[in-house]
Amino acid sequence: MTRAIKAEGISKEYTIGAQRPAAGLLVDQLGDALRHPLQTLRAALVGDDKKRFWALKDLDFEIEQGDILGVVGRNGAGKSTLLKILSRITDPSQGRALVRGRIASLLEVGTGFHPELSGRENIFLNATILGMRKKEIERKFDEIVAFSGVERFLATPVKHYSSGMYVRLAFAVAAHVDADVLLVDEVLAVGDADFQKRCLGKMGQVAQDGRTIVFVSHNAMALRNLCNTAILLESGRLSSIGLIEDVLAAYAAQPLPQARVADVERLAADSRPATVSSVNVRPSSSGSTSIAISQAFIIRVEITVSQPTEIGVFLHCYGTGSEMVFSSGSFFEKELNGLNLRPGRSAFECEVPGHLLNDGEYTLDVLLVQKRHSIVASESAICSFRIHDDSATVEGWHWRPAGAVRPLLEWRYVEYGETFGASATAADAEAITIRTGND
Amino acid sequence: MTTQIASDVHSHLIVIEPRGGLRLRDIRELWSFRELLWMLARRDIKVRYKETILGALWAILRPALTMLIFSIVFGRLAKLPSDGVPYPMFVFAGLLPWMFFAQAVSGAAASVLGAGSLITRVYFPRLIVPLASVGVALVDLLIALVLLAPLLYWYGIVPGSSLLAVPLMIALALVVSLGVGIAFAAVSVVFRDFRHIEPFVVQIWMFATPVIYPVSMVPDQWRWLAYLNPMSGVVEGFRACWLALPLDWIGVAASLAGGMFMLLGAVVYFERVERRFADLI
Repeated sequence: MTRAIKAEGISKEYTIGAQRPAAGLLVDQLGDALRHPLQTLRAALVGDDKKRFWALKDLDFEIEQGDILGVVGRNGAGKSTLLKILSRITDPSQGRALVRGRIASLLEVGTGFHPELSGRENIFLNATILGMRKKEIERKFDEIVAFSGVERFLATPVKHYSSGMYVRLAFAVAAHVDADVLLVDEVLAVGDADFQKRCLGKMGQVAQDGRTIVFVSHNAMALRNLCNTAILLESGRLSSIGLIEDVLAAYAAQPLPQARVADVERLAADSRPATVSSVNVRPSSSGSTSIAISQAFIIRVEITVSQPTEIGVFLHCYGTGSEMVFSSGSFFEKELNGLNLRPGRSAFECEVPGHLLNDGEYTLDVLLVQKRHSIVASESAICSFRIHDDSATVEGWHWRPAGAVRPLLEWRYVEYGETFGASATAADAEAITIRTGND
Repeated sequence: MTTQIASDVHSHLIVIEPRGGLRLRDIRELWSFRELLWMLARRDIKVRYKETILGALWAILRPALTMLIFSIVFGRLAKLPSDGVPYPMFVFAGLLPWMFFAQAVSGAAASVLGAGSLITRVYFPRLIVPLASVGVALVDLLIALVLLAPLLYWYGIVPGSSLLAVPLMIALALVVSLGVGIAFAAVSVVFRDFRHIEPFVVQIWMFATPVIYPVSMVPDQWRWLAYLNPMSGVVEGFRACWLALPLDWIGVAASLAGGMFMLLGAVVYFERVERRFADLI
């Protein structure tokens, strides 16, 4: 076996705040230089002491040719940064990676499409952007068109395409790039189920051809079915590497993210009647460190009350796509509605039942509401937590059930037979009656 | 393990590592991406002429209308000299290379920010983007040249063999425009407010260039100052070729030297900041 990718101490540093190192305004820089000539000179000579952080730090790993490597980790663990470095979009700050052969990434579906140009023109443009030669494109043109299914609209500007046609054409081009190393980001999850299926199918096929795939995903099911090995990133560092099952287990066992504890000192001086001291999320059954879909969990909001008053807690829970999954207030509970709090520290707890949320990352906004109408404190994204998939793999089914919730639903099969079996229930009989009634 | 990979030169090994300035490898790579350069330039040109009904006509109307206004303001009212050539003819022949320069520079300056979605998603030598952006300006110039023929006929000017030097002058204009445009493209990414300053810089630059006045108007002892501006030689040289005026070879040489120097400096600077583009955009 030969190595397709070898990473040697890859690191990437960003400036804290907006992820942009030293971007600025010319006016500011010139102004600064005029106002503080000495400091500017020192900064230029010594380097400024802006706070920086490592999005990736000292990553070492190797991928054999033909392997499918899964990359897992929490949001912000450095997964996308790793893909960006491997696809050469951004340079590492330190270290290096050796990649054998041509690199293509499926994160670029539709990149460079121009709405005014026809489907045909866009195929050529997009394929060239993805690194194909003109002869290669001409050779594969019919295949691309057939795969996309937009034959009849090749001369139409793509601005007149439906979004489905647009995505199909874009994916058809990307899927026909002959790459030795294919980088795939979760972005695939944006398409409809059919599109996702097609993408995953194509990936499996690509891997069978002996090409290497790096697949970034939160989707445990797809990872399990496609990848043989995986790496787990934790705050930019490689925390686990090995067989996919082991890495997924390590990922599930990762301690929950630390709640961002609000600055207590600052809040003490605050004149507000109440402030949020900390927020954490833990499974309601002790002993486990992470939350599985089947588990109930408790959201605990610690507050500091500075004067006797009526205070309630309101939660907004967001999923990865920044859609709100649910919201709830402590005063929804009859006994807590209108509760007067004494000064000091106290906590509200909210129990969320198991089999409610889908697997994924969630973020909480916490509001403190005085007398059910005025917001006295609002902390956005103060706490995030992850729910992992502990449902059994379903034979032959590779995809994560989509949706914000993953309720455990009961399924039944009802046969409209000619004869009733001895076990037929009253409900079955009713269903059959209705059906016969329609006939 | 490293040696195993590194020794296998036939299998197209890519090394991803922190980059410094310009290396020879970057130039070779640029060449291997020439099809993309051509594709992007063609896309811009196609889109430009597809979007507007007047399309190609604009390429003629813009310099023609500017010539009309300049002839009235600077020729009639300000009575600027024009080396013995009718002022409209004089200013039009100077406007063509100038407008090419201004359009190419503005296009290049905005190009990298405009290609943000490409740059943050696909790898290719970023230099391709400002290079491709001058294609539109070049096509506009070639279209506008068409108007020169009737104007020359109208004023009874017969250009001689000096016409053969016109392609050279256009190439010179291209070198200077690319030098300035590539530098501006990089600066626009690093300093976000530069795109507001850039049009102003170009406008001031026009008055520092002998477009509406001849370089002969500049006193001899200050002539060297005009030569410091590489666009002087381009505009004067281009005009001399069409209007059968004596060609100032020193000016053209100064322009070539200055242009090459700027282009090299711009490419080195661009390559230096290029690795940060994806993080900055």
